[in-house]
Amino acid sequence: MNLLIKNGRVIDPISRTDETLDILIENGQIKAISPRLEANEAEIIDASRLVVAPGFIDMHVHLREPGQEHKEDLITGSRAAARGGFTSICCMPNTKPPNDNSGITEYLVVEAKKKAVVNIFPIAAITRELAGEELTDMVDLSQAGAVAFSDDGHPITNSLIMRRALEYSLLLNKLIIDHCEDKNLSAGGVMHEGEISCRLGLPGMPAAAEEIMIARDLILAELTRARIHIAHISTRGGIEFVRLAKKKGLAVSAEVTPHHLILTDECLANYDPNFKVNPPLRSADHRQALIDGLKDGTIDVIATDHAPHTPEEKDVEFDQAPFGLIGLETAVSLMLDRFVHKNIISLERLIQLMASNPAQLLGLKNKGRIAVGADADLTLLNLRKEVIIDVNRFASKSRNSPFHGWKLRGAVAMTIVGGKIVYSS
Amino acid sequence: MNPETPLTFRHYHLLGIEDLETSEILTILETADSMAEISRRDIKKVPTLRGKTVVNLFFEPSTRTRSSFELAAKRLSADIINFSLSASSVVKGETLKDTVRNLEAMAIDALVVRHSSSGAPHYIASFCRSHVINAGDGTHEHPTQALLDAYTIKQYKKRIKGLKVVIVGDILHSRVARSNLFLLRKLGAEVVLCGPPTLLPLEFSKLGAKIEFNLDKALVGADVVMMLRLQRERQKANYFPSIREYRQLYCLTQERFKLAKKDAIIMHPGPINRGIEIDSALADSVQSVILRQVENGVAIRMAVLYLLLGGKERESSD
Repeated sequence: MNLLIKNGRVIDPISRTDETLDILIENGQIKAISPRLEANEAEIIDASRLVVAPGFIDMHVHLREPGQEHKEDLITGSRAAARGGFTSICCMPNTKPPNDNSGITEYLVVEAKKKAVVNIFPIAAITRELAGEELTDMVDLSQAGAVAFSDDGHPITNSLIMRRALEYSLLLNKLIIDHCEDKNLSAGGVMHEGEISCRLGLPGMPAAAEEIMIARDLILAELTRARIHIAHISTRGGIEFVRLAKKKGLAVSAEVTPHHLILTDECLANYDPNFKVNPPLRSADHRQALIDGLKDGTIDVIATDHAPHTPEEKDVEFDQAPFGLIGLETAVSLMLDRFVHKNIISLERLIQLMASNPAQLLGLKNKGRIAVGADADLTLLNLRKEVIIDVNRFASKSRNSPFHGWKLRGAVAMTIVGGKIVYSS
Repeated sequence: MNPETPLTFRHYHLLGIEDLETSEILTILETADSMAEISRRDIKKVPTLRGKTVVNLFFEPSTRTRSSFELAAKRLSADIINFSLSASSVVKGETLKDTVRNLEAMAIDALVVRHSSSGAPHYIASFCRSHVINAGDGTHEHPTQALLDAYTIKQYKKRIKGLKVVIVGDILHSRVARSNLFLLRKLGAEVVLCGPPTLLPLEFSKLGAKIEFNLDKALVGADVVMMLRLQRERQKANYFPSIREYRQLYCLTQERFKLAKKDAIIMHPGPINRGIEIDSALADSVQSVILRQVENGVAIRMAVLYLLLGGKERESSD
């Protein structure tokens, strides 16, 4: 079935488009874009009150398959993505077993094609078993479908291994996605170290644990000239180092999560484990630095770090609970309400952060833009619609969102993947 | 009880000192006066809490605090049972929530909780109907200890406002230090925290404390010197190089104690490491009020139990 999207406000940062246009979709691709299009035998979508954006891409998601399907799997994770306006998601390799060989990567590619309602692109491990000791077969993994490499959650302690990984990645022109944390320095910590951790009597993870690793890896990126992408940046120092590296012309990019942009360590006052996440929610001054980095271009991508855990796993003493929160179904409304409607960033900039930039960084050539011949992955937004976040209506298997009950303005109206409507509000 | 006393205590739980109003702290201290009197009688028992059931839920070893709550409950005629980690079903993998819900199913009125996780009593209070009393949570708070310390200080000094109180030792990991800091600042004392920088984060100055790494300097003009227990395991985590060096720098010796005011008192929440944080002779000296602290603990805990469980039903404000 062909689709004709009529009278939408089409915004495409790559072609600098922001005007009312019709879009015709045939065979999963964009066939025509024009102020007035007619088509026989096409389903008409009236987008006259909606924004039509290139499909959003979340390049940092934990889908838990294989191994921890009680938290999430490819089906529920992809449905959560569709509901949240994401047409493509990248899944991190810290599964059980980890995605450190082409067998797992192929499994994910094949199963995703069969079961998932959005595109799923695997990110493979940098080192075997995420142990930080031996490199994976990165070329083999890349051919099997890995779009990037990361030891997310298990930062590589050994600087030599990190250097080798960065160097070897030059063969592929694919990103090394870097979870920056000096685990010795953050050991035992359960929240950001500062006044609040001191008051609550909870062991802290200092900002320095992230900043030291960002500094080291940017220095290694300069040494190797490899591409590096800083995952879920959360510190002022980290922002400063990335800004400096960009000024020097290094191939560095950075992502930030909505929760680090919106919440602070003061949210932990009631010891609610739904606010327990790594990197931890930082103090207000770090948060402000992230917002500044979002505005001035230091940050390239919004990613959710969607990390599902079951209610039972989170319903325990604070220090016993696992780190992580889910973000696929809240990110768009949060960013629209807290940043676009408050005029902190423009809508076009948001689309750049959530669609164009991740597509370019990951080398997804036919995604992240609205152009004739591009994949028909589109996210339709209703900027005025008010939503109340209700975890019980989530498509995700998990419920660990700190935003339950939040009232937000701006919502996903429709998600289209390869010309198929996979979510409609 | 004197029915004329205007009691202002609005909380349903006692989770920490930080969320108490100054007037509520004063109410507890005043109530403790009447309770202390009961313990001095021949028959140390009043029927005030007859028919109420209190559970001591202790996930960490404790002798002093647990017995103190037990005696407090018994002197008010409440029934009390002890539930400790070794005897619990926690070892069988039961969650804290299920443990509490099972106890609640037996129609209890209050839970006295000691737990190694900071915030555990807050977590319990978020889902249970009973009154929750924090008897020490992780490295967070130990409210009844701070209350009995304030009560003891008042007995000796007749006031708290304007006093210089020095707390010495492993501040970072001390729930006693935090609760005392919150309480003494609310009542207008000057609080000086002293210990090695590894165990005394500068963030404490934002909570209203003065920071002093040098014990001699800290002690000058002190009215109250409160020594904290040093856990030997901290040395293995490199918080300080050796017990020997720690003792040299932070042990309260008779020589050092002369720097404090002539009538200064020495406190310690116990159990004491004699010869590590305090000279044995000083711990037993006339200026040591350590056993008075223990004595007052019962009165303070009677007051807390009475204010939470006694009298007419109050509306929850937590």
